[in-house]
Amino acid sequence: MEEPIIYAKDLTKKFGDFTAVDAISFEINRGEIFGFLGANGAGKTTAMKMLIGLWKPTSGKASVAGFDVYREAEKIKKNIGYMSQRFSLYEDLTVVENIQFYAGIYGLTNQQIKSKTTGLIEKLGLLEVRDSRIQSLPLGWKQKLAFSVAILHDPKIVFLDEPTGGVDPITRRQFWDLIYEAAHNGITVFVTTHYMDEAEYCDRVSIMVNGRIEALDNPSTLKKQFNVDTMHEVFVKMARPQEA
Amino acid sequence: MKNPALSINRLLKSYGKLRALKEISLEVNRGELFGLIGPDGAGKTSLIRILATLLLPDGGSAEVLGHDVIREYKVIRNKMGYMPGRFSLYQDLTILENLELFASIYETTVEKNYHLIKDIYAQIEPFKDRKAGQLSGGMKQKLALSCAMIHEPEILFLDEPTTGVDPVSRNEFWEMLKKLREKGITIIVSTPYMDEANLCDRVALIQDGAIMSVDTPEAVVETFPTFLYAIKSSDKYLLLQDLRDYPNVNSVFAFGEYLHYTDKRKELPEDELRQYLEEHKHRELEIKRIEPGIEDCFMAFMEKEN
Repeated sequence: MEEPIIYAKDLTKKFGDFTAVDAISFEINRGEIFGFLGANGAGKTTAMKMLIGLWKPTSGKASVAGFDVYREAEKIKKNIGYMSQRFSLYEDLTVVENIQFYAGIYGLTNQQIKSKTTGLIEKLGLLEVRDSRIQSLPLGWKQKLAFSVAILHDPKIVFLDEPTGGVDPITRRQFWDLIYEAAHNGITVFVTTHYMDEAEYCDRVSIMVNGRIEALDNPSTLKKQFNVDTMHEVFVKMARPQEA
Repeated sequence: MKNPALSINRLLKSYGKLRALKEISLEVNRGELFGLIGPDGAGKTSLIRILATLLLPDGGSAEVLGHDVIREYKVIRNKMGYMPGRFSLYQDLTILENLELFASIYETTVEKNYHLIKDIYAQIEPFKDRKAGQLSGGMKQKLALSCAMIHEPEILFLDEPTTGVDPVSRNEFWEMLKKLREKGITIIVSTPYMDEANLCDRVALIQDGAIMSVDTPEAVVETFPTFLYAIKSSDKYLLLQDLRDYPNVNSVFAFGEYLHYTDKRKELPEDELRQYLEEHKHRELEIKRIEPGIEDCFMAFMEKEN
């Protein structure tokens, strides 16, 4: 059997007396769209930062794309894509310059950079704005470009931290088209979101409450388990926001 | 005589070449809980800032509680409460210090108007000596709302109070708004979450600096131009592709566990579509007619505008 692409066992992060992530365990398979849900302050961002090699765990085990989060954090960073809500594009560079800049950082050859740039611009319909600065583009275009740039180097996994905040409903769905396509092509997608309809688009979701994973399954099983019709209701039943 | 809380007439605002508000006209009644529903960049914040007398319009006019937003801005400022999109209280003052500061600016005291904020403030009062910068998102929200309320405003402007907030905290926030509404305060609230439209008395759907529709949520939904179907099968990605290739498709969008589909024909021959999908090897097919929601309507309006 194929090894899980993300593996976590009793993964824990403490800040002083406060346990932000409390012994979480899960396995994610190749090509899965995995929704990582939880209320504000439940520990999602902390968990994600450990998985992408930015923060060392306090205890527990985890590997991402086959690399250990303690010893091989640099290798993890090379093998993943990452996009956050405050996307990483340079506002005062043009569309083409941004693509080329990131392709260069990812170590693509000149030939690869050329073909990737042409391909991306065509696919996203950005031909007319290829030499426009990012700051002049609508939010939705930026998000789609930021996602495409995040998977420019064909990573095994892409981490998306609330990628669709604030965009219009049509653009939000176009964005999910890109996610489906990436997953269809074998890229594992690890995504956090506050839109519960998007939770339904995931193959499996986990719900974090006060640092622990309190539920993990595919959306239809979770809905059955809680005897409700939507993931929104599952979430509201599960996730008590942590106050004070 | 009619005495609206807001009266907006062909309001214009541009930033360089970008037209943020394109001649917006709108009237809001006193005591309404009114929602400005739209994505980032729609013009919601520009509109709220003009109404809150923090930004000058380029053209048109607007009155808040009968006062002109340019000439009578000082009157408006005493009668309104404003909660900006970004948390803007003093991070290094405590909860109580922030609240007292706002009260004293408006020449009142926390004691005098405690009854106004009691429901909200009581939830954070046990931590009143904690610095605002150290509060959780939900607590900051409650403090910001308390500060916006402490001088007994007649109208409240809330700019995206629930953006980036998880569904549970969002529910709690809307419960607070309902209680404020019962006190007779007019509330203007903007949000990018379409499902929150149903919690308002009336809504304006805003996109690209223009209002696409203004009505009660129920009436907006009735304007949906055609029949809507929810469809699902075992493979959502392929279902989406195949429905897009279906000759009579009008629109198809992912919607939670289903896809929402409209057909070019007035009535959908369900058997024909089912057969088409079965030929494309879709298993566990489900096709059912459903009532549209605000988000369906918003997308239908957007497609019409294009």
